[in-house]
Amino acid sequence: MGNFAANEGLSIFVILVWLGINVFLFVHFYMAFLVDRYYYTRVILGQALSWARAPAACLNFNCMLILLPVCRNLLSFLRGSIQCCSRTAARQLDRNLTFHKLVAYMIALHTAIHIIAHLFNFERFMDSQLMINSSYLPYVLSQIGNNDNRSYLNPIRSNETNPTIVMFTTIAGLTGVVITLALILIITSSMEVIRRSYFEVFWFTHHLFIVFFIGLVLHGVGRIVRGQTVESVNVHNPNECHSHFETWGQNNSCPVPVFAGNPPMTWKWVVGPMFLYVCERLVRFYRSQQKVVITKVVMHPSKTLELQMKKKGFKMEVGQYVFIQCPSISQLEWHPFTLTSAPEEDHLSVHIRIVGDWTQALYTACGGDKTVVLDAWTLPKMAIDGPFGTASEDVFRYEVVMLVGAGIGVTPFASVLKSVWYKHVQENNVFTKKVINSTKFSCITSFIKCYV
Amino acid sequence: MGKIEWAMWANEQALAAGLIYATGGIVGVAGQFRSWQFAAFGIAAGVFVCLLEYPRSKRGKGTSVERTGQYCFTVCVKAFGPLTRNYYVRAFLHAALCVPGGFMLATVLGCVCLAIASLIYLSAAIHGEHWEPILPRTEPPKRTGESIKEPPQNPPPRPPPELRRKKVDNLETAAYDNPMSVTINE
Repeated sequence: MGNFAANEGLSIFVILVWLGINVFLFVHFYMAFLVDRYYYTRVILGQALSWARAPAACLNFNCMLILLPVCRNLLSFLRGSIQCCSRTAARQLDRNLTFHKLVAYMIALHTAIHIIAHLFNFERFMDSQLMINSSYLPYVLSQIGNNDNRSYLNPIRSNETNPTIVMFTTIAGLTGVVITLALILIITSSMEVIRRSYFEVFWFTHHLFIVFFIGLVLHGVGRIVRGQTVESVNVHNPNECHSHFETWGQNNSCPVPVFAGNPPMTWKWVVGPMFLYVCERLVRFYRSQQKVVITKVVMHPSKTLELQMKKKGFKMEVGQYVFIQCPSISQLEWHPFTLTSAPEEDHLSVHIRIVGDWTQALYTACGGDKTVVLDAWTLPKMAIDGPFGTASEDVFRYEVVMLVGAGIGVTPFASVLKSVWYKHVQENNVFTKKVINSTKFSCITSFIKCYV
Repeated sequence: MGKIEWAMWANEQALAAGLIYATGGIVGVAGQFRSWQFAAFGIAAGVFVCLLEYPRSKRGKGTSVERTGQYCFTVCVKAFGPLTRNYYVRAFLHAALCVPGGFMLATVLGCVCLAIASLIYLSAAIHGEHWEPILPRTEPPKRTGESIKEPPQNPPPRPPPELRRKKVDNLETAAYDNPMSVTINE
């Protein structure tokens, strides 16, 4: 139990805080629409108004959060800064994709609640336009603002329409449909079956998030959520005047109420993370433009290709990975590979197993199937983005470490062991003495020699 | 990994569309909206699409992952033969089922999602894909070779224990044979 708390405690705490904020926002914004300003809106819509606005606030919060776990470079920077304070905190950054998925599920849930509530809202707005009876308060409310088209309450302005047409002719409705479709396509193509088998479909469809965020920011521009203005509430108290609706404006105690829409709020939540994500993509693009030269190509048994490359100013830690792109094979595909070289070496190397079409094309482009020696200029141009940190870079900070890996999964440990070897050779470091004072080191060194 | 089988994505999209269609229909009927008859149709169509799409097809290349409990659905869907095997039929069926959803706000989203699924199925059909049931494999009984009649009676011949024990004091001969020297001063 103590181990569980030490390992998972911080993760569980983060999740609970996140859930707590969601619950707080939901309840707070639910109550915020139960005030007098929205009295007449609630006469038409009932509780469905609050049921629509509360998930909207949660959606603002979650859409803000969802971009942050996928900013790889930002996370690498944070990992470096937090490392000195707390190792467990830095470990949480390894679970960024799990958090991204959790936030995505929450967005899907709140979208569902929001849409169902708005279905009721549209229906009730339409009803109040169709029940033409001046003794019916919702109808009277719907007729306010017919002259100037500004101080109205009911966004459905006539009775010769239907909710579907209204949805496609309002900014809020149209953007709502577009972003919901984008969200559904993103979610269906992110199912594990699709992601593991056809990564390109997942990756390219996921870029619909650009459409999603643009639509999200524009969603509130039409100011379709309307309540009484503050000045109007001062002169027309809904609690007292609602029963005299047939004589509004005729005596001075209850003038006709004036309504206005709420300004859009979403942009305030998401503009920060959107800016950070744009910076992240720019950083990735800049790093990918740096020159990378292939210095050595080695074919290993069991269809493994080793590429040794040099890039100016490249610094890495043990066990990190990079994204590699080969423009001559595909302009759009970046694939992650663990670095098998140690930080002490002057080159960087990756071991790539030939499995799919991209790796097969890389094998052919690097002359893997040719027996003659190739000139360096015939080798393809490469682009590298990284390195990005994983858990392996903490390996020297613990007293006892157990590394488990098999097949192509030994690649981070090749990097670790090579680094141990270099540390052992270069200096008689007190720390590494504990590692090497065992008879099993001779077996390990023969393993390293396969990779050196 | 290979090229994409569009039918797999179409299947996920159609299943999601069926759920959304049915949910919109339930909201329309429960809230007693105008034109609730379209919502009622939406529930029926959504449930039907979910039942049709629940069993995953067998993949052309690679391992197929079943959904939990899909075997009974596989048997039902297989019983319709070429109607369910052919993806052109499915694309047309989804396109036809989605049209009534466009007449009511609650089912519009289900309508559009099902239309998109129909388009992806059309793409799958054009690429020559078809639906294959995932059936449990009947393993042929393992046949042991003709020469194996009985297990061996005696252990394999070994040298006596004195020669077999490793000499701990002489580490270099006891450890693996290193191709290159691993001492510091080389």
